[in-house]
Amino acid sequence: MSQASTTAGHVPTPARDQLKVAALGPWAWLRTNLFGSTWSTAVTLALGYVIVRVVFGLFEWGIVHAVWHVPYGPTGIPDTTVCQKAAGIGACWAVLADKYRLILFGRYPYDEQWRQAIVVLLFIGLYIVSGMRRFWRKELVLIWIATLTAVGILMWGGVFGLQLVTEDYWGGLPITLILATFGAAFSFPLAVLIALGRRSTKLPAVKMLCVLYVEIIRGVPLIAVLFMASVMFPLFLPAGVNIDKLLRAQVAFILFAGAYLAEVVRAGLQALPKGQAEAADALGLSYWKKTGFIILPQALRLVIPPLVNTFIGFFKDTSLVLIIGLFDLLTMGKVALSDPPWQSFSTEVYIGLAAIYIAFCFAMSKYSRSLERDLNRSRTR
Amino acid sequence: MSQTMSLSGPPAIVLDKVNKWYGTMHVLRDVSLTVAEKERVVVCGPSGSGKSTMIRCINRLETHQEGSIIVDGTELTDDLRALDTIRREVGMVFQSFNLFPHLTILENCTLAPIWVRKMPKAEAEALAMSYLERVKIPEQAKKYPGQLSGGQQQRVAIARALCMKPKIMLFDEPTSALDPEMIKEVLDTMIGLADDGMTMVCVTHEMGFARQVAHRVVFMDRGEIVENGPPNQLFENPQTDRLKLFLSQILRGH
Repeated sequence: MSQASTTAGHVPTPARDQLKVAALGPWAWLRTNLFGSTWSTAVTLALGYVIVRVVFGLFEWGIVHAVWHVPYGPTGIPDTTVCQKAAGIGACWAVLADKYRLILFGRYPYDEQWRQAIVVLLFIGLYIVSGMRRFWRKELVLIWIATLTAVGILMWGGVFGLQLVTEDYWGGLPITLILATFGAAFSFPLAVLIALGRRSTKLPAVKMLCVLYVEIIRGVPLIAVLFMASVMFPLFLPAGVNIDKLLRAQVAFILFAGAYLAEVVRAGLQALPKGQAEAADALGLSYWKKTGFIILPQALRLVIPPLVNTFIGFFKDTSLVLIIGLFDLLTMGKVALSDPPWQSFSTEVYIGLAAIYIAFCFAMSKYSRSLERDLNRSRTR
Repeated sequence: MSQTMSLSGPPAIVLDKVNKWYGTMHVLRDVSLTVAEKERVVVCGPSGSGKSTMIRCINRLETHQEGSIIVDGTELTDDLRALDTIRREVGMVFQSFNLFPHLTILENCTLAPIWVRKMPKAEAEALAMSYLERVKIPEQAKKYPGQLSGGQQQRVAIARALCMKPKIMLFDEPTSALDPEMIKEVLDTMIGLADDGMTMVCVTHEMGFARQVAHRVVFMDRGEIVENGPPNQLFENPQTDRLKLFLSQILRGH
């Protein structure tokens, strides 16, 4: 009896269906999954058409008809007529080729921008090292301190024969990474303390402070917190005292992220069975040892997905410093576009910026998935 | 009813008129109980009788509101130092094992000796291995709790408590969460412990275990101790209707 007549003669069981797929390979898979019925065939064809059109359209716009370089006039002003002609047909990547230094490094002195490049590489190296479990030991704190010190020296200069560059000239990707990295490094421990305080049963005053902190900060838009840090806060300082704007924004970020992360951490603490704390108590472990060895390692594992979710959110929220006049990556994109010859090529610039943000966020999300798998291995049999 | 024991020496645990409320619910009513050193006491009673609450008061996982509890000569108060001293000397085994799932079996056993007793790591590991051998699962030392059967997990929990070298062991229904075929391996471990002269207070419904091991059985109902005496006396000649009813229910269940 042939295959075809078997199918026609009997109602196939799911198991037999799967066997057939395994036996017949991709064509059978296509038939069962994409062309199983008239309706599904119609949807497959319609969606297939849309996908092919979009992909081809993007390919033509982004690569085939794209303009990669433009000639420069005698005064160094780019001649963008080629791009203007290609508008709507092909992308003008020449804007990125012309402006990438400004977008990535801001108004930092041109000849000193190698320092910022090193800073970016240092940050990326720091993320990679911190991500590897074999480096999860006490020395990691020293690595962080050393790296952040190096970042400070490179950014400011003024020592080792480096030219002094004040914060007013910092900009671009380093600002974004500084805000995000210091933000994460300080807001996370803060969040853990707040979450623990909010669950404290023995210290009602501490508990109330933590609840107040979370509710107040969470109830205010980040933009308002940034405005307060940049405009209102200096009014309360004594005359002559001036705290740098970047530092104020940084503190605002830490406080804001801390409140959100605290609630995520608290969710993890709540999800842990009570028996874990009781067993630790019964063994005579002190509060901090119980928390450090038993409670937090388990609670944080449970909330890796929402933690990373929050971190990714705050990485992107660093772009809000735009409104208080700090020149982060996104702001520099806008600055680059204010140059008259390039004014009409915002799509290309924003695609370039999006690519950078996506690269960092995707790396975070990828890493969180592998971390989850590794750490929860002990839970699965 | 005579409570004189053949055992001498100072009492290990003294509960004197202990009262406890959960809100308006009176869960312990004037509970008085003295456990001598090396004595083995089995506490039984219907569910909700306060037996678990009482045993959990002994290492202050629950706090009592009235009366006094003296463990190994130290009174349980809000004083944290007294609490630390007592918890070092009192080991506890729970119904739901409560092993730390993110640590290996060996790490479960060495954590408290290293961080509470300040024992060097190598010494703590050797100690842990010797106790794991005693509960007959040294080969599982590198595994995680989730990879073990319930009976094995409970034996690890016993070994973990023993690694602190406690003077007193509390068992809170240690076999209630186990499948029937695993109960015996845990009870055997506990009998072995009893043979070594450990002071034990054990909440359990295993009457066979009570007969074989206990010096004394305490029957609790509705937050108070109703009867208290050697196992044979209690089981053969119950004085109160409540105990008679309880025994008939337990026996019918078996």
